[in-house]
Amino acid sequence: MSQSPNQHGLAEHSHGAVIPLQIRIDRPKSTSVSDFPAISKTQDLWRYLDVEQLAGLDADVLAEYKEQVSFTSQEGLSVSWIPSTDSRVGAIGIPEDRVSAAAYTNASETLLVEINSSLAEPATISITGVDKAASALHLLVVTKPQVEATLVLDYRGIGVLGENVEISVGDQSRLNLVSVQTWDKGSVHVSAHYAKLGRNSFLKHTVATFGGDLVRITPISTLSSPGAEVEMNGVYFANSGQHIENRPFVDHAAPNCKSRVTYKGALSGDKAHTVWIGDVLIRVAAEGTDTYELNRNLLLTDGTRADSVPNLEIETGEIQGAGHASASGRFDDEQLFYLQARGVTEAEAKRLVVFGFLLELIQRTNVPEVIESLSKVLEEKLEVN
Amino acid sequence: MSVLEIKNLHVTVETEQGVKEILKGVDLTIRSGEIHAIMGPNGSGKSTLAYSIAGHPKYTVTEGEILLDGEDVLAMSVDERARAGLFLAMQYPVEIPGVSVSNFLRTAKTAITGEAPALRTWIKDVRESMENLRMDASFSERNVNEGFSGGEKKRHEILQLELLKPRFAVLDETDSGLDVDALKVVSEGVNRAHKANDLGVLLITHYTRILNYIKPDFVHVFVAGKVAEEGGAELAERLEAEGYDRYVKAN
Ligand SMILES: Nc1ncnc2c1ncn2[C@@H]1O[C@H](COP(=O)(O)OP(=O)(O)OP(=O)(O)O)[C@@H](O)[C@H]1O
Ligand SMILES: [Mg+2]
Repeated sequence: MSQSPNQHGLAEHSHGAVIPLQIRIDRPKSTSVSDFPAISKTQDLWRYLDVEQLAGLDADVLAEYKEQVSFTSQEGLSVSWIPSTDSRVGAIGIPEDRVSAAAYTNASETLLVEINSSLAEPATISITGVDKAASALHLLVVTKPQVEATLVLDYRGIGVLGENVEISVGDQSRLNLVSVQTWDKGSVHVSAHYAKLGRNSFLKHTVATFGGDLVRITPISTLSSPGAEVEMNGVYFANSGQHIENRPFVDHAAPNCKSRVTYKGALSGDKAHTVWIGDVLIRVAAEGTDTYELNRNLLLTDGTRADSVPNLEIETGEIQGAGHASASGRFDDEQLFYLQARGVTEAEAKRLVVFGFLLELIQRTNVPEVIESLSKVLEEKLEVN
Repeated sequence: MSVLEIKNLHVTVETEQGVKEILKGVDLTIRSGEIHAIMGPNGSGKSTLAYSIAGHPKYTVTEGEILLDGEDVLAMSVDERARAGLFLAMQYPVEIPGVSVSNFLRTAKTAITGEAPALRTWIKDVRESMENLRMDASFSERNVNEGFSGGEKKRHEILQLELLKPRFAVLDETDSGLDVDALKVVSEGVNRAHKANDLGVLLITHYTRILNYIKPDFVHVFVAGKVAEEGGAELAERLEAEGYDRYVKAN
């Protein structure tokens, strides 16, 4: 949304403010918890969190989460539990942090979601938590070549969950993956997504977070085959006491790939905190890369905090385009004036503007059930204000 | 019969160089059913007058008053003014992402009348008004003003004018950027609203072309923050021929 520079709390970042990202390539990867140091605020990865907020997800031993997972079947889709010792598990992505490693080690079984042919309907995996026992889950989504499908991961209930989600998008496939977090109060969810895109494939990856005390999602898209395209969208709304952290990373490792990262959030109430760290790495081989990442935050009240850091590292000069934008600010006065000049009260105008601001990204999922249910969630969130 | 009175209106705006007075004592009275045209050079304060009537927070009234049937408009918030029957068709309508035209129109109508419109008649009214303004039905599902062309934005403003049925409308350069056909269509919309609701109109324009369609009862020449001369429709003709030179010099 457009924001005039005189608005309170606005911080526009430019290329000058980019923090170099050489750390990204060198980041250690391991499936073993002990390979990672105990979590502390001094580590860049965890600097926005207190370790207590993780509610035990950094522990050596976690419970299993199989009982809390349910799904329906349809033609072209096969869903089954396989032992995590299966060679397919870990083939897409290996943990880059301690919580991810703990989840990896403790999920003895992995839910394998195979999309063998195009799906007529969106498929949904429901994860419904029942208690606060720190638990681990591993999902592996494999899309065969030349298929088109929508997969919704629906997280709700009360839970403390550490998770890894591996996503393989086959050559020339189009996968629309939507992860919806409407956890109850008290929940903690820390999830690492590892997506690998095949030649000329397309992944639309959406993270929608509205519920949970702490929800931290770190989706990685690896573009290692030519012609792949990823659209990573995120939408979130943090109320008082909520911490929502998104760290999308696009790894451009092959020529002529395209990425678009768009995250939008709203914050309302004392100590509502959101963090967005958007990393894009364009490796030497990634000639012809076209990338753009954007984060916008609307601060609805005093006492909120939105951290927003775009990082762009470019190792080749032969690129199509690379850009980023990040801004956190108050309402756009002109939008409010326009609505009020049509008789709409200030409070109602604000609701409408926030609603539209966030709904836009929800609409991009093209999943009617998700749009409908999240519209309701959003309305309830706005009522609270 | 209503009357909108603007008396000795002084308005300032905060600029980087400090506070700047833009309106320097505007006097203007508009009655129901009257059409007033305001013409004046760029930067003379026409939009400032329009925004000040609507209550834009950027403008500060330092002196004078605006009365609607004797009620103090300046004491009202922006939305209260709209609900009292004032309407501003903006020179640069604002985009609102994620809010559809149909949702926006329904919300505005509900706010103005104080109750949600009966769905069936409302949908019919919207459709008819859109047809009259040659707006494709698909506009109702699009986001407010997002990606609209300049002309489409202006039609959308007049669509609201017709549906919200205010008592007084300020049209700020609604004719600018319209092609010949659109100018006619939009003018007809204004004339319909004028006739149907005995609307009082304050029409800000740079061109006499629109005055061939919307016949003004009064023409005001606006220069350097106030009304420099008043007359009938013939004054517009003279301005077209002679420009504002004589007023600007006199000032
Ligand atoms: N926010 C602002 N900051 C600085 N100057 C302003 C501001 N708003 C208005 N002005 C100045 O006030 C004067 C009047 O502006 P206004 O937009 O009312 O003119 P106008 O008569 O509508 O012009 P036009 O015919 O070009 O639309 C101009 O000189 C303009 O630059
Ligand atoms: Mg103007």
